[in-house]
Amino acid sequence: MAATTYIGRSTSRVDGRAKVTGEAKYAAEFNTPGLTYGYVISSDIAKGKITKIDASDALSLPGVLQVFTHENAPRPAYFDRKFKDDDSPVGDKFKPLYSAEIQFSMQPIGLVVADSFEVARYAASLVKVEYKAETPETNLRQKPKGHKAPTGKTGFTPPKSRGNAAKAYKNAEVQFEAEYFHMPEHHNPMEMFASTVIVEEDGKLKIYDKTQGVANSQKYITKIFGLSKEEARVINPFMGGGFGSGLRPQYQLYLAVMAARELNRSVRVVLTRQQMFSFGHRPATLQTVSLGATKDGMLQAIKHEALGETSRFEEYTEVVVNWAGMLYHCDNVELGYYLRNLDTYTPLDMRAPGSVTGIAAFETAIDELSYKVGIDPLELRLKNYAEKNEFEGKPFSSKELRACYAQGAAKFGWAKRPAQPRSMREGTKLIGWGVATGMWDAQQQKSAAKANLSVDGKLVVGSSTSDIGTGTYTAMTMIAAETLGLPLDAVTFKLGDTTLPVAPLEGGSWTVASVGSAVKEACEAVAKKVFSMAKDVKDSPLSGASFDEVEFVDGKVQLKGDYSSGVSIVEAMRAGEVNFIEEETTTMPNMLKQMQYARNTHSAVFVEVEVDEDLGQICVRRVVSAIAGGRVISPKTARSQILGGVVWGISMALEEESVLDHHFGRFMNHNLAEYHVAVNADIHNIDVIFVEEHDDIVNPLGAKGLGEIGIVGVAAAIGNAIYHATGKRVRELPITLDKLL
Amino acid sequence: MNSFSYTRAQAVETAAREVSTNHTAKFIAGGTNLLDLMKENVERPTRLVDLTRLPLNQIEDTDKGLRLGALATNANTAYDERVEERYPLLSKAILAGASAQLRNMATDGGNLFQRTRCYYFYDLATPCNKREPGSGCSAITGYNRVCGILGTSESCIATHPSDMCVALAALKATVNVTGATGERTVEFADFHRLPGNEPERDNNLKPDEIVTSIDLPADGERFAKNFTYLKLRDRASYAFALVSVAAALDMDGDTIKEARVALGGVAHKPWRKAEAEDLLKGQAATKVNFERVAASLLEGAKGYGSNTFKIELAKRAIVRALTMAANGQH
Amino acid sequence: MSTKVTQEPVGDVAVALPPLEQITLTINGVTKRLQVAPWTSLLDLLREYLDLTGTKKGCDHGQCGACTVLVDGTRINSCLTLAVMKDGSEITTVEGLSKGDELHPVQEAFIEHDAFQCGYCTPGQICSAVGLINEGKAKTADDIRELMSGNICRCGAYVGIVAAVEEALHKCQPNQ
Repeated sequence: MAATTYIGRSTSRVDGRAKVTGEAKYAAEFNTPGLTYGYVISSDIAKGKITKIDASDALSLPGVLQVFTHENAPRPAYFDRKFKDDDSPVGDKFKPLYSAEIQFSMQPIGLVVADSFEVARYAASLVKVEYKAETPETNLRQKPKGHKAPTGKTGFTPPKSRGNAAKAYKNAEVQFEAEYFHMPEHHNPMEMFASTVIVEEDGKLKIYDKTQGVANSQKYITKIFGLSKEEARVINPFMGGGFGSGLRPQYQLYLAVMAARELNRSVRVVLTRQQMFSFGHRPATLQTVSLGATKDGMLQAIKHEALGETSRFEEYTEVVVNWAGMLYHCDNVELGYYLRNLDTYTPLDMRAPGSVTGIAAFETAIDELSYKVGIDPLELRLKNYAEKNEFEGKPFSSKELRACYAQGAAKFGWAKRPAQPRSMREGTKLIGWGVATGMWDAQQQKSAAKANLSVDGKLVVGSSTSDIGTGTYTAMTMIAAETLGLPLDAVTFKLGDTTLPVAPLEGGSWTVASVGSAVKEACEAVAKKVFSMAKDVKDSPLSGASFDEVEFVDGKVQLKGDYSSGVSIVEAMRAGEVNFIEEETTTMPNMLKQMQYARNTHSAVFVEVEVDEDLGQICVRRVVSAIAGGRVISPKTARSQILGGVVWGISMALEEESVLDHHFGRFMNHNLAEYHVAVNADIHNIDVIFVEEHDDIVNPLGAKGLGEIGIVGVAAAIGNAIYHATGKRVRELPITLDKLL
Repeated sequence: MNSFSYTRAQAVETAAREVSTNHTAKFIAGGTNLLDLMKENVERPTRLVDLTRLPLNQIEDTDKGLRLGALATNANTAYDERVEERYPLLSKAILAGASAQLRNMATDGGNLFQRTRCYYFYDLATPCNKREPGSGCSAITGYNRVCGILGTSESCIATHPSDMCVALAALKATVNVTGATGERTVEFADFHRLPGNEPERDNNLKPDEIVTSIDLPADGERFAKNFTYLKLRDRASYAFALVSVAAALDMDGDTIKEARVALGGVAHKPWRKAEAEDLLKGQAATKVNFERVAASLLEGAKGYGSNTFKIELAKRAIVRALTMAANGQH
Repeated sequence: MSTKVTQEPVGDVAVALPPLEQITLTINGVTKRLQVAPWTSLLDLLREYLDLTGTKKGCDHGQCGACTVLVDGTRINSCLTLAVMKDGSEITTVEGLSKGDELHPVQEAFIEHDAFQCGYCTPGQICSAVGLINEGKAKTADDIRELMSGNICRCGAYVGIVAAVEEALHKCQPNQ
């Protein structure tokens, strides 16, 4: 194998050194002389109106430059469409400091700008606000009144029913029905949302923004403030976690730009951890699953209904129930998805939105059915294996889920599982094993990239995508280096800058597929130019060859497999008398080909839990996650993606809940001491298996994306293991110890 | 955080005098709780008197037992060989709390002054009698998973968050304090208080009183073999207790000579009850006996909705902790 | 129903902000005389006044560990530390761990074991691991899990973190 073969080989993160030395800079870390600090004032109430706001004390404090409120802040754009972003649901847009109306608790109602962070923070506490408060409604589970189906305008509506689920359920030999609920969650990336807006000498803005898409932030800002792209460059080289929270521009960006323009000063606005609970969240969802089956476990009927939440002003939707009609073979499926408007901010996509919650409920129901029919839960799943997407009648572009089940079960030792719950015990600890299936989409989006190869053999590749920790820098560097046969350290990948070719938002697990394909295409375009120059080198061994007959390895272009001959890239470019070759390409998915297939990733998750019989304490001792995600480009960072997904699954299953006090309409545990996410001591053995999966359909790389599939299925597998350990079924997430007493 | 001036205390007495004449001044040592609360605007001192340079960080033997200097850090205390050997319950309780970093910062004296825990106390947007006397208690009818079930009042159901204090209560430590008007010694049981109708007060000290040291009585060493600190929480580490139990037994063969049981996470102070402990005097270490202790300790317990489970959980935890202690499991 | 709610100002207005205090800190081996306001945390001093942005702010309340630095070799949360109180101390941040181009063994191990994803908690994790090694209390992987639990990693890189700290622990203490 050539030294410059990287894809599929374990490679340490190319940005690792920057991250372990503190050199990697995040949005709040770009300092500039004369920087000022904005501190956001948040609303105490969830619904009502500001009747009076008095900032005079704050303004009298030395160092305070301005206090912006709805009374004095500019309103740069009127129409909602100006505030639309690439991930905004249909509906009216929240416009910071536009009016006295309060629509959600902790709504930003003011921005203090001062010459130091401490003064701004102090001044914010001196602003007096009076409200006329109304009673908020924030409880999804209150007897539903007036919930409705989504409009489907830009949002999501489930596919039409197939067969007759009601009748099939009624006639089924075995019937099972249950209700499931999970609490809202907040993304809580470690880096808090921040924007540093630097006003340059020519008045242009250089904006360092925490975002999963610099192009999205730029579009938002330029539309609202009527700026050209040159006037508002958005940069974000590193992002301290996103998980979906950065798919929409958050309000600190608007406030920082507004203040910078008003004051003609550079401004930094960083939200507090508490304020990280003031924008989008994973919505609470109430679900009902009904399953009809034959005595030997063949599914006859599936009904899956979900009630989700959205705000009063936007219609957030997610794909919660569709999976129920795709995971298994079943002729009669009926799906329903409804929304309820609450006085909270609009929910926001959070890692595997919809899927992770819908499948948590559905895969629990399948487990419950397995006990009802007395069939091993893994066997039940294999019995009802879906060979195609039965909604669309399309084959899967690839689906190695059987291999996931088989390899996962073998690694886990599933064959030794006793069928009866409560049959494994170690002292006061009950042991249980559970399994669940996961599913997510394999998507590709339009993306552009630029490659610049200089005569010294250095390659610079760029695209405006993000690396939110996913390993984009590393995977793209590997793809570029391999395409042009260069050593890794000769390649620099640039991202997170609106001066680079446009990439889609980093989300949906599509970055490797989309940006990776674009990087490959841009590098191939460069390769073609190098090749034509190499052919023209005196006595070139490639003179009669076509591009298809050559390969780029070890710094040269050679006939495929022929290491004895070849022309070095440097030699070719010298002969071509160029100092550099630059190519920019925009890569589109091959929709005609792709549309003929269902394109998904799959997983099988096996879990061992231990539960203290008396005290209800739960420990997830072992997880085996077997993933069918197409070709694995960067095994080391890919494994980390799945490990992280599993940790999220554990956290979701056992710990995470944003608790509203419905009287105040406010999330009360709005900090990291009371909103529990998994800590190191919660995590034990996790095995990741990538099963072989070949796929020519999804994109030219054959990679399906791994950002979300790792979390899907984990919560159900844990709940199922807890049932196997204790005989107690918990249908609400998180499964805290009190639910097992 | 509000604006404040800063001074470094030169001596205990002068520091006490300074705070006695300025009711908006506060002492600071480890700062782990005070600065947290100041950033939330819950605490708003205008002057901080820094005690950390005072020579109070020694751990030393006295004729009464082992004396913990008020400025000894939680980490140094937990890992002190004498504490580990003679008062391992204390080591275990300290190490069950917070994180390694916080234990490196937090002092033994400061640990006693941690403010009680409640979502509403920390959130200025909601009424709270502890923050603003008379404004009402939001927790009683609201979300109260972390709140108390014992010794609560109509004005407050907050809980004391410390793990260390639960062990100190079980060990019957005494606290030496110096104020502007002189020195005194406070029994641990009398240090913290129940909320009653003055929930703004967490303890019985005057604002100018400084803890100088904590004495662990020599007879506490009897519990170095049969003890446990059992902490139940919402994740495996770095979380406050839902319920914690410090259980210590002085055993003579299978017979219990003396028992100590203190609870954390359930009340405004570490919860102990001498009558409950006396039930075990001269008794065998049996589940039935332990259940009696649990029933006695939980007598009068009251749930408020999202924390009602703590009553049953505490009962089970007491039985488990005493069983472990009797078996020599730590 | 509507009720009147008042968001009261919570501080008294200071006519003048408190005087700056003069302190001396040795940061990553360099001794600096600094003027700091009493309310400036060690974390904000590093990030906002000294441009040492390697140390991260993840919660500002001692609830995440991203701000972990070493003060006189001991790991602490710099967010809950007033800079003025550390007068005379030696501070080591993530920027001060490597010797020139040579990374600290903990840094090397973090790269090798892919013990991070987004990298934001990483400087705190690394400083915490160095502190843990200095403390000498962790012997097993479970000890490491417990004693590293004051550093939240939202990306969930704990498996790699434990492997990295375990390796560095053995490298740094060759006799054990």
